[in-house]
Amino acid sequence: MESWALQAAATLNAGTVLALAGLGLLINERAGIVNLGAEGIMLMAAFAGFATGVHTGSDLMGFLAGGAMGAVLAATLGYLVIWLNANQYATGLALSLFGSGFSAFAGIKYTQEKLGPRPHFEIPGLSKIPFLGTALFKQHPMVYLAIALAVVIAWFLYRSRSGLVLRAIGENPESAHALGYPVRRIRLAAVVTGGALCGLAGAYLSVIYTPLWVEGMVSGKGWIALALTTFATWRPGRILLGAYLFGGVTMLQFHLQGQGVQIPSQFLTMLPYLATIAVLVLISRNPAWIRANMPASLGKAFFPEG
Amino acid sequence: MFKLEARPQPSRLMSCASPLIALAITVLIGVCLFIWLGKDPVKGLEIFFVEPLKNAQAISELAVKAVPLLLIALGLAVCVRANVWNIGAEGQYLLGAVAASWVAMQAGPGTGRWIVVAILLAGVIGGAIWSGIVAFLKDRFNANEILVSLMLVYVGQQLLDFLVYGPWKDPDGYNFPQTITFLSVTKIPRLMVGYRANIGVIIAIVAVAALWVFLFRTYRGFQLQVGGMAPAAARYAGFSSRSALWIGLLISGGMAGLAGALEVAGPMGQLTPYLSVGYGFAAIIVAFVGRLHPVGIVFSSLLMSLFYIGGELAQSRLGLPKAMTSVFQGLLLFTLLGCDTLILNRLRWIGVGKPKHSEEA
Amino acid sequence: MRPSRTSLLCKLVACTAVAATAFIGCDKKKEAPAEPAKPQAFKVAFAYVGPVGDGGWTFAHDNARKALEKELGDKIQTTFVEKVPEGADAERVFRDLASQGNTLIFGTTFGYMEPMLKAAADLKNVKFEHATGYKTAENLRTYDSRTYEGAYMAGVLAGGMTKTNTLGVVGSIPIPEVIRNINSFTLGAQSVNPRIKTKVVWVNAWFDPPKETEAAQSLLNQGVDVLMQNTDSSAVLQAAEKAGKYGIGWDSDMHAYGPKAHLASAVANWAPYYIKATKDAMEGKWTTGKAWWGVKEGAIDLVSISDKVPADLKAKVEKVKAGLKDGSHVIWQGPIQDNTGKEVLAKGKVADDEWLGGIKFFVKGVDAKVPGGK
Repeated sequence: MESWALQAAATLNAGTVLALAGLGLLINERAGIVNLGAEGIMLMAAFAGFATGVHTGSDLMGFLAGGAMGAVLAATLGYLVIWLNANQYATGLALSLFGSGFSAFAGIKYTQEKLGPRPHFEIPGLSKIPFLGTALFKQHPMVYLAIALAVVIAWFLYRSRSGLVLRAIGENPESAHALGYPVRRIRLAAVVTGGALCGLAGAYLSVIYTPLWVEGMVSGKGWIALALTTFATWRPGRILLGAYLFGGVTMLQFHLQGQGVQIPSQFLTMLPYLATIAVLVLISRNPAWIRANMPASLGKAFFPEG
Repeated sequence: MFKLEARPQPSRLMSCASPLIALAITVLIGVCLFIWLGKDPVKGLEIFFVEPLKNAQAISELAVKAVPLLLIALGLAVCVRANVWNIGAEGQYLLGAVAASWVAMQAGPGTGRWIVVAILLAGVIGGAIWSGIVAFLKDRFNANEILVSLMLVYVGQQLLDFLVYGPWKDPDGYNFPQTITFLSVTKIPRLMVGYRANIGVIIAIVAVAALWVFLFRTYRGFQLQVGGMAPAAARYAGFSSRSALWIGLLISGGMAGLAGALEVAGPMGQLTPYLSVGYGFAAIIVAFVGRLHPVGIVFSSLLMSLFYIGGELAQSRLGLPKAMTSVFQGLLLFTLLGCDTLILNRLRWIGVGKPKHSEEA
Repeated sequence: MRPSRTSLLCKLVACTAVAATAFIGCDKKKEAPAEPAKPQAFKVAFAYVGPVGDGGWTFAHDNARKALEKELGDKIQTTFVEKVPEGADAERVFRDLASQGNTLIFGTTFGYMEPMLKAAADLKNVKFEHATGYKTAENLRTYDSRTYEGAYMAGVLAGGMTKTNTLGVVGSIPIPEVIRNINSFTLGAQSVNPRIKTKVVWVNAWFDPPKETEAAQSLLNQGVDVLMQNTDSSAVLQAAEKAGKYGIGWDSDMHAYGPKAHLASAVANWAPYYIKATKDAMEGKWTTGKAWWGVKEGAIDLVSISDKVPADLKAKVEKVKAGLKDGSHVIWQGPIQDNTGKEVLAKGKVADDEWLGGIKFFVKGVDAKVPGGK
């Protein structure tokens, strides 16, 4: 029983990295921008967060540095894509390539560094509840922050006026422009916010999760986060669930192995991607569903006249 | 202050000059990096741009590196021109290699050289099947091709892993995840003894010519580009964006698969999980830097290969970290994308003072 | 943009410009005074699979390269290329290193086997050394470390320190080397605590820190209280540190990464072999073969044993180490049963290297099946 509670706790923790990055990409994509640079942003942020953590001894500073790094890189991407009308996919890929290269380059001397003793958290009282205490209430604050962020983003998108504008821009930038909204600046704000969240995810990975810095350490989490936003049909709540599900698949795979169950791990690993394709096909086949889910201008350039 | 303003017409000059300016800026940043790292910048540039071309052996190696990039990028150029976004060439490359490996493993003592043709065909088919899935899901269910093709990259890598860790594992290979080494009869013929460059080079050159003819000299190619760029207009003229979708994806998948087959039956000689070194993604950059033009892509794939090989040489000769390669490649594309703005826009001096945000009005 | 002949022309211009820049570079170089070449330094090159800063496998090899430079000083000159993919690129790197005048080239991962064979067949005057492979040629020999001796010594500590009698190993790829390490770790633990069970989780990669973390976490959740890993990062040790359990450093001394969790590090020191191989080649005594060095040759050690380890347990480990050094302690000696109860090594029989090289089973006490095995 205890082992399942621990497994649940580990799943929440594993899902948090994906949830943070997924929420960031959600904001990007809600505004119509696909950010294929997520992997590169996360790597740069993981490096920046770790290095800052080493120098300042503060995890918080590490997170801030990671977030800031993510925001700066995303702003570069945003400027190229939104103002200079560069191709979104090519720019994103360039960012991924550059990020993985530059973080390796700059981070080389930090691979031998280490952070101080890692903090241990539990919520007083609640953590004493049998099973649930272990499963839910002994997590790093970032785990709860991710949940809170999902709630805030959901509220923002569906209950606030600015959220409505953001979604309108993602649906149809031309009419939002015609209504007098500064489409480009709002898109840039969305991209920067999203980048900051991806950065936070990267910093959480290197500062708390593994906790170490080595080049290439994000190992594809950025790409899974991209899958996740689609899998979650661009809804914050579903991103959270999907993140735990994707995180859970990996944990389940290891748990089963430890129990001596033999299944080719490759099939479990490809499951999140197949599930994403399945969801995409399901929502796409019906024009009403796709309209209700996918931001219509996703990946399309917006070119105001004049 | 300068202000960016739209040109009345896209500038032809800039569309050619932009890659050069981008390259120049990349080189400039590279020089700064060399100086910062305490290395002689001249020597650094020489290693990146001269050393990989210094003799026949080096050029042959450059070709080995450039051919897969070139083939994949050519296919992607067709795709992008048809306005279809296939970013999963990596997966199609892997599947092409898987299919080709299957054929190569069927070879026995009595097999003739014809099997090479079968291997290459299998590669094309394998890649085309993988991109065909994307086309089918888009055509039938309207599923976004960007996301589907990207997801299929990871599915493809896992499928390859499953095969080499499982059913295709070399029984005498001490459980290492790799297939048997293919019989020498399956080997892609080399151009010259002692050099690794193989007939892939010829195939690539033919592909460049064929693609140029297809895109610019055939009605079908014209149709494809119109069908992709302006679906409504195309429909009016009787062209179909559906056929643009299928043709674009099948060609690019087939080309990527062919590259995979050439790699696995050429320099590799066996299938391992390490087949992929990111050619599929790098080729997207190659296609863009090459302006989606067959001839341009020849140059950009060579340039990209120079960066790959140069990075290696810079390490063994100057002790620079290998990450230089991806820093340069990423920078080149960044600057290119930035410079490309100057094709559609121009900079104009608007005097000192605050610029008006006219574009937001 | 519409492509046209003009743009084709521009391409040509582009190309010429690149070439021109390059040649300008060339000329300038000729003006520069030539560096005084060191008199006939013996050139040795290394190709690494990972980044030198991986803190594990490649890091250990690069440290050995530095030790080699220190030992032989001016007489040699070393070069390395990191992150050489185990695909079509490797052969080019070997050929290029040879063309640079390196007459002794080390390739430090199994995946270079075929590329090194191909390069060795053409470059007869160059000596090739391939780590962990099984194919040799006239000018290609293989070398490896008996990492399982380190695993065994770590197992002795783990067996003495565990409270749950459950050990966990994060495995990379189920090849004989890794299976042998897991088995030896278990045998070592059983030598002090017969009730030991070992759980194994495979990540199918040598290097993937988040996945290694998750695998370690999963083992901890299943009651494991001492972790070992046959992967390349310190993530598993750090997971043990965070959970307040024990861990073992692997390949290099990882004490600093988990000061509380760290029981000891099973390190591979490649320097003695690199020094010997280089001297062989310099003195013309180099012949092909297979080297497999362990504690005896100073290639394997267990270092930084934690203060938490009680003195009697520490003494046991030291005794084992001394025994391995003088050859009086043999790890793989019958009777040994596999985990289905079949006897794989009869009583009194000592396993030879070939037998060890082909291990495809888990010993009794390992609570897992070999993937892809029967």
